Amino acid sequence: MKEVNLDQELLLLKGLAKNDKKATETIYRLNFNVIQAMILNNNGDEDDAKDIFQESMVVLFEKSRLADFELTCSIKTFLYSVSRRLWLKKLTQNNKTISHNDDIDIVMVDDDIESHERKDAEYELMQQSIIKLGEPCKSILEAFYFKKQNMQEIAENFGYTNAENAKNQKYKCLMRLKKLFFKQIDK
Amino acid sequence: MKEKDSIILLEIVERYILGEMNPDERMHFEQLRKNDVEIDQMVVEHTLFLQKMNRFNEWNKFSTSLETIHTHLSEEGKITAPKLKGKAKVIYLFEKYKKTAAIAASIAGVTALTVSAAMFAFSSKNPESQLVQLKTDLNQLANKTIRQDAEIYQLKNQTLNAKENKNIAYTKGGTSFVLDSRGYLVTNYHVIENAQNIAVQNSSGKEFKAIAIYSDSHKDLAILKIIDSSFKELAAIPYGFSKKTGDLAEPIFTLGYPKEEIVYGQGYLSSRTGYNGDTLSCQIEIAANRGNSGSPILNSHGDIIGILNGRQKDLVGFTFAIQASNIFSALKDIKSDTNINDSLLSNIKLSAKSNIAGMNRTQQVKKLQDYIFMVKVN
Repeated sequence: MKEVNLDQELLLLKGLAKNDKKATETIYRLNFNVIQAMILNNNGDEDDAKDIFQESMVVLFEKSRLADFELTCSIKTFLYSVSRRLWLKKLTQNNKTISHNDDIDIVMVDDDIESHERKDAEYELMQQSIIKLGEPCKSILEAFYFKKQNMQEIAENFGYTNAENAKNQKYKCLMRLKKLFFKQIDK
Repeated sequence: MKEKDSIILLEIVERYILGEMNPDERMHFEQLRKNDVEIDQMVVEHTLFLQKMNRFNEWNKFSTSLETIHTHLSEEGKITAPKLKGKAKVIYLFEKYKKTAAIAASIAGVTALTVSAAMFAFSSKNPESQLVQLKTDLNQLANKTIRQDAEIYQLKNQTLNAKENKNIAYTKGGTSFVLDSRGYLVTNYHVIENAQNIAVQNSSGKEFKAIAIYSDSHKDLAILKIIDSSFKELAAIPYGFSKKTGDLAEPIFTLGYPKEEIVYGQGYLSSRTGYNGDTLSCQIEIAANRGNSGSPILNSHGDIIGILNGRQKDLVGFTFAIQASNIFSALKDIKSDTNINDSLLSNIKLSAKSNIAGMNRTQQVKKLQDYIFMVKVN
């Protein structure tokens, strides 16, 4: 196997953690084909390959953002191992298994996948809650929490007569979202 | 707790979590947290929830960029994934060039402004110098279209050459309308200023060579004559010419060429004088775009009361028209001007009577549009 430049890998991961497009694109470009090949060789199609690869990219993204993040193997090894695990999981659901031999080292990624699955479930819950929340709540909360607009701007954009009214509305929306979210967790 | 208090408390907690408190406030709040279990609980719970929301947002953004990257890399052939087909491809190309197009458009806008600013700086001291003249930079548009076409053709691996070269010769555009059915038209002077070649194009897209036979920069008027042998005399002009200014709030309409197709617009007369009280013109309320310069302004009887002129530089939404009486005085000038040797032109009589007065607007416009021409210049 080729020697991997550690400094460069760290730099890429730093970029990835910041959702830097160039870093993400580089990692994508260097790793997609080999993972796609693994999936195509094991009963998958191109859509499966894309899904699985992108999910492992999310796992790597999450990992790179952790405060105590450490790189214990190359990016390629990590992505390959995660993809392989994720794909194997999908195959076993259909009573199939991975048959081909691997050309790439595999590391244990169980912890990463477990933590990812937990977060993924939460992501799904949040998404469902936001969908159920509906408009204008969805957009108001997005404007405040994601786009970091202030209440004055939000009042103007959404047509509230003043910031105070917008604030009341935002409060109600947030309470509803919390309710929806926790109700689903309790289920 | 009352709702109002809850709202205030939530705001405080959020400011605390987001680190927006000053050190004093912070100290105060931390003390409060220590003493009040409920508030402490609220901070912990809300921090967690905000983290979840934040992660949701981050994932969303990341997944979107993954999608973009995937499409991009497969289109560039840098990863071996199936390329987009059909509609998806068009959307991808649109997304890809949207940015470029926006940048190109903004540059074009800046260039146009700079050009007109420079023009005013060097041309006249008249009030007109404060007006942004409405001109279409056809050349830029054509260039842009050709460039984008070329990029798309290239991507499709087609070797077709851009075929719109015909338009490229023209740099400015405006509107003109027929003064006499034997091929005399009126437009703004600024539309044909410094022109070497002039062409007019009718509503069905046929182009005729023309020359400027009279121009007056002060009135911003010019009269064009079609010199193309393929031009056939038109039927009698349907509209009349009014010497009067028109009444305040009188409904008006216009037809012009802000783009390749003829465009109808309607509004009302908003002031009997023009910019800075200029009595040669009047102020109208009508949607005007670049390229509308030289368009006729008609009242509901189908009488021409003015010629759309320019847009005041700083006050968007103000449109001015040269009063139609100026056409009469221009024709008078022509008669007494010994340099203009055009017997037809000297004998033009403008009809004061419109023969579309009783028609509804749709019919009026149908009758009118054969008499409105696009002006192309280089």
